[in-house]
Amino acid sequence: MLRKNLLCESWKCAGWICRAEGRSMIIVGEKINTSRKSIAAAVAQRDADFIGRVAREQAAAGAHFIDVNAGTFLDRETECLCWLVQTVQNAVDLPLCLDSPNPAAISEAMKVHRGEPMINSISLETERLEALLPVVSAQPCHVVALCMAQTSMPSTVQERVQVASQLIGELTAKGVPLERIYVDPLIQPVSVDIQMGNAALGAIQLIMQEFPGVNTICGLSNISFGLPERRLINRNFLVLCMARGLSAAILDPTDKQLMAALLATDMLLGHDEYCEKYIDAYQEGRITDHR
Amino acid sequence: MTEFKALTESVIKGDIKAAVAETQKVLDAGQNIQSIIDDGLISAMDDVGERFSKGQIFVPQMLRSAKTMQECMKLIQPHFKEGEVTAKGKVVIGTVKGDLHDIGKNLVSMMLEGAGFTIIDLGVDVAPAAFVQKVKETGADIIGMSALLSTTMPAMRQTIDALKEAGIRDKVKVMIGGAPVTDNFAKEIKADAYAPDAGSAVIQTKKLLGLS
Repeated sequence: MLRKNLLCESWKCAGWICRAEGRSMIIVGEKINTSRKSIAAAVAQRDADFIGRVAREQAAAGAHFIDVNAGTFLDRETECLCWLVQTVQNAVDLPLCLDSPNPAAISEAMKVHRGEPMINSISLETERLEALLPVVSAQPCHVVALCMAQTSMPSTVQERVQVASQLIGELTAKGVPLERIYVDPLIQPVSVDIQMGNAALGAIQLIMQEFPGVNTICGLSNISFGLPERRLINRNFLVLCMARGLSAAILDPTDKQLMAALLATDMLLGHDEYCEKYIDAYQEGRITDHR
Repeated sequence: MTEFKALTESVIKGDIKAAVAETQKVLDAGQNIQSIIDDGLISAMDDVGERFSKGQIFVPQMLRSAKTMQECMKLIQPHFKEGEVTAKGKVVIGTVKGDLHDIGKNLVSMMLEGAGFTIIDLGVDVAPAAFVQKVKETGADIIGMSALLSTTMPAMRQTIDALKEAGIRDKVKVMIGGAPVTDNFAKEIKADAYAPDAGSAVIQTKKLLGLS
């Protein structure tokens, strides 16, 4: 007990806030997205075997949610998303992350989803907010709150925290508990503005400090737009985000180098008692450090 | 154009200090303004755009070159004389209605400006009527529309419909782009061109205006 208290105090002294001690990162597997050619083809042909395989492979690699996105099908998105929900849930016993900027597609997909889905995402954009607030408060679900303001993209830490605070206010007022809210600080490329890494990192830290219990989540790939060797950048960005308190991430769990970085970081941040998960992953051949 | 070799090279490198010094040098030497712009700056940016499209250079390098060119232009502008410098064409650009993403659109604007086009940037969340109004007002040659969300892509079709209704569809070319946008979608909505990145946008714009 003493050791734990000391740890917590020292975190506070340093002005850092971390996830609740011992709670693992929540991993959302990103691979079932029709912007990937193989997935688009499988959805077009209703190839349930292929989709099932991609779902199982992510589940085996440690995903807690499986993201499904059929955005490229445009006016057939809703129908495709619903098919994906049923197909993936036939293959794995996991909740899904329903990924669409289209409120109609999300609410239809929720109807065929078993268990408590993650809704990705709500934002302050009027149409999206008004359409999704009643939907996410009507049944238990996890909600990604994207830091997109009503009429513009935030650029500074303060603007991001401001939008996050408004979104958290809207959601909790409708009865969504903090623990089910996942704030996405909105990642923008460092290639365009070199401060965009710091803007996201600062926002993660402040949001975790200001709203104890809330989650922060992000996708990793936007940060590296316009640069070479993007996986390298994404991986290092994940580590930095976790050091500032990130509690969930949308990523490819079958990327062994990325997962190795995640597990090592979780351990270094004190979330992996006796280094158990790290060692298990090593012994099961799930992590690697190829030279 | 050997007299602009040093200028061109410094713009490609994105070395603002050297490029500005070289610009001053060619101005002092009495070089023709149009020639400094065309054979010095624009030819450098053509090269930058081409290298970018081929994946030889990356976004920060392209931005740096564009910024370098802007600084050089600031030096040149006071020397403009009536009728001496001609723009290649006018492009009205914006992110479509309902969409707030502007990074791709800004990269395209910058590269088109670098290629010598006049850019009228309407920003984000631009309604079809606003595009139509601006084309009428400015007599633009091209409309460039960007969308990052699959949900806002239909606004591109709506803008084309609005151009038809206003009776000016045949007076202006339409170019579209953005992550979820495809060549097929461009064909489907009868846009005149699809540009997957900022370098391609320059090439497509030149093609549309018969400049290449």
